Amino acid sequence: MSVLVEKADLSLKYTGHYNDVKDLLTEGSSDILNSKRNKAFQDFVMQGIPTRKNENYKYTNLQPQFSPDYKFIHQREKTELDLNQAFRCDVPQLDTHLAFIFNGWYYEENRSVGQLPEGVILESLEKIAIEKPELLEKYAQLANTEEDPLVALNTTFAKDGYFLYVPKNTKIEKPIQLINFLQADKDAFSTQRNFVYIEEGADVKMIMCDHTLNLNSYLSNSVTEIFLGANAHLEYYSLQNQHNKTTSLNSVFIHQEKDSTATTLNSSLHGGLIRNNLKFILNGENAEANLFGMAFIDRKQHVDNFTQVIHAKPNCMSNQVYKNVLDDESTGAFAGRIHVVRDAQKTNAFQRNNNLLLTDSATMQTKPQLIIDADDVKCSHGATVGQIDEEALFYLRARGIDDKKARLMMMNAFAHEVIQQIKVEPLRDRIDELVDKRLKGEVARCHECAYNCEC
Amino acid sequence: MLTIKDLYVSVEGKEILKGINLEVKPGEIHAIMGPNGSGKSTLANVLAGKEEFEVTSGEIIYEGEDLLELEPEDRAKKGIFLSFQYPVEIPGVPMVNFLKTAVNEHRKFRGEKEFTAGEFLKMMRQKEQLLDMNAHLTNRSVNEGFSGGEKKKNEIFQMALLQPKLGILDETDSGLDIDALKTVAHGVNALRTPENATIVVTHYQRLLEYIVPDHVHVLYNGKIVKSSGKELALELEEKGYDWIKQENGV
Ligand SMILES: Nc1ncnc2c1ncn2[C@@H]1O[C@H](COP(=O)(O)OP(=O)(O)O)[C@@H](O)[C@H]1O
Ligand SMILES: [Mg+2]
Repeated sequence: MSVLVEKADLSLKYTGHYNDVKDLLTEGSSDILNSKRNKAFQDFVMQGIPTRKNENYKYTNLQPQFSPDYKFIHQREKTELDLNQAFRCDVPQLDTHLAFIFNGWYYEENRSVGQLPEGVILESLEKIAIEKPELLEKYAQLANTEEDPLVALNTTFAKDGYFLYVPKNTKIEKPIQLINFLQADKDAFSTQRNFVYIEEGADVKMIMCDHTLNLNSYLSNSVTEIFLGANAHLEYYSLQNQHNKTTSLNSVFIHQEKDSTATTLNSSLHGGLIRNNLKFILNGENAEANLFGMAFIDRKQHVDNFTQVIHAKPNCMSNQVYKNVLDDESTGAFAGRIHVVRDAQKTNAFQRNNNLLLTDSATMQTKPQLIIDADDVKCSHGATVGQIDEEALFYLRARGIDDKKARLMMMNAFAHEVIQQIKVEPLRDRIDELVDKRLKGEVARCHECAYNCEC
Repeated sequence: MLTIKDLYVSVEGKEILKGINLEVKPGEIHAIMGPNGSGKSTLANVLAGKEEFEVTSGEIIYEGEDLLELEPEDRAKKGIFLSFQYPVEIPGVPMVNFLKTAVNEHRKFRGEKEFTAGEFLKMMRQKEQLLDMNAHLTNRSVNEGFSGGEKKKNEIFQMALLQPKLGILDETDSGLDIDALKTVAHGVNALRTPENATIVVTHYQRLLEYIVPDHVHVLYNGKIVKSSGKELALELEEKGYDWIKQENGV
């Protein structure tokens, strides 16, 4: 069978599936979500599962990931596990508003959310879309189904995920922590759709944790849209810690109004194939965006971060630092696009990607892309792919520190620049420790793992 | 303590040391002088165990052991300390972590209990005073953003923490003003015991006014061409290195 036929077959499988489950998708779902499905499906059919011919997916071959026969979870399933019991966050002093998401569905029996400030809503997206559709007027406006097949597929299948609304001038002191669990009786495909609306002057910290609870293979395709009002502030931390038979596809869109600041920090500790799409639109003057990322991968793991920052208004600032440590035969990619539109003068946009290869067989692709249509801008980008600095290593060894320990110190130092950007102190300490364990080659899971997911 | 016998060293196929012989006894201070490029740092780095320098023949015996068989970290733990000519900056590795790890590796090796953070800090503060080290330096990453003089002081500070048997100071005086030079020399002298020895590599005689050597050797073009008492340093200062060059037919 030719590659072309195989490829067509693969996309057909998903289009065929859509026709089979159309009724199931609309059933129990809201008008607002249902109204986007057909167009999204058409856009998916046009694009298909991305191949490496797609410029944006040049370094990540998703065809094998979409090939297995997954079970789709288009309906809320009852879990036998009481997640409130099963999971206790072992980060000391990390006091959060905690909610669980199970196979992409907002868990119905979340009991650890605690007291949120007045007017704040943390809920199931499906429920809000039915009960308060006025809060979802901007649904699917950022996540453009014509630009990305994964977004199109997500919008086609989207039924649930979390919804967060923070009213004007509300500051939530404690971070909001959302824990994604994947656990099914067979290999499964999960779709998660999230929506965050942060009004003017509000201030929120979010922590996302991704976990797998058993050894089945998973493909998770999630889309998150975040709207940030004027002078609003967001810190968004995401901790990816899934086993090596997981494909984790995440598309996060952040739209910022004037004087707002948003910081995202992505930490990939474990996972088979991880693709993070992150798109910022700076749509008001003096908005500031910080994009940080780090990944620690080994064996045949693959991590691909694709960032886009659109400077749509003058006087905005964006800053990106992505760091990867690659061991064994792992492969990584970073593509960062900065687009300064016409008249977005006085833009400051910086980007850096540093990579540490621990073996000769690990490979890294890095591609900056600047599109600058204004004349008064400061932009810079830089990328390095290298090995451990031998001179520094010798310096440490000459003081009595053995080779292994010295390398570990240097790797931790490499990651430190990103880790120190975590402003939630107990989280920072915990991630520091997890990274150290990860680099030592010990399994670093962020909770006492009772689920035997030892890969 | 240290015996170097007919040592030949190459780097990238180029021969740099061409038959070095040197004997260092406990309690002694040896000065190695010589013009730029003569191989002084090469010798210092070979003693510390830098791998890119290839020993093509000869041997080094340190405390009855074949030094060339030892890894750099084992040499350090057995008492060899190199104060680098150009200490490297290591962003992200905090000074305190680095120092504590190094000190505890030494303690473990000697079968002593590792220092707790508190014990270590206390000890560190004492040594800071000895060298008039600005305490804020130890809050940074290793050598990061240190001035030339601060880097050199930091080397001797580490020496004070690790208390080596054989200290090798590679151009520790360059980049130091006179006050810093005195402090560093004072630090080195304070660490002296009848059991340990120091090799001072320097270009100028200035440092040797404060750290008085028992022996002075002139290294030129990969060979020790002259060895004598401390008066040789003064003679060199007076006549300059051209004198050596002429005597050796350049
Ligand atoms: N890593 C290296 N690669 C190539 N040549 C080197 C290297 N290190 C030193 N050399 C050469 O070896 C010679 C001696 O250098 P060095 O030992 O640094 O001299 P000194 O310290 O006496 O100034 C010089 O010619 C220098 O260029
Ligand atoms: Mg030198």
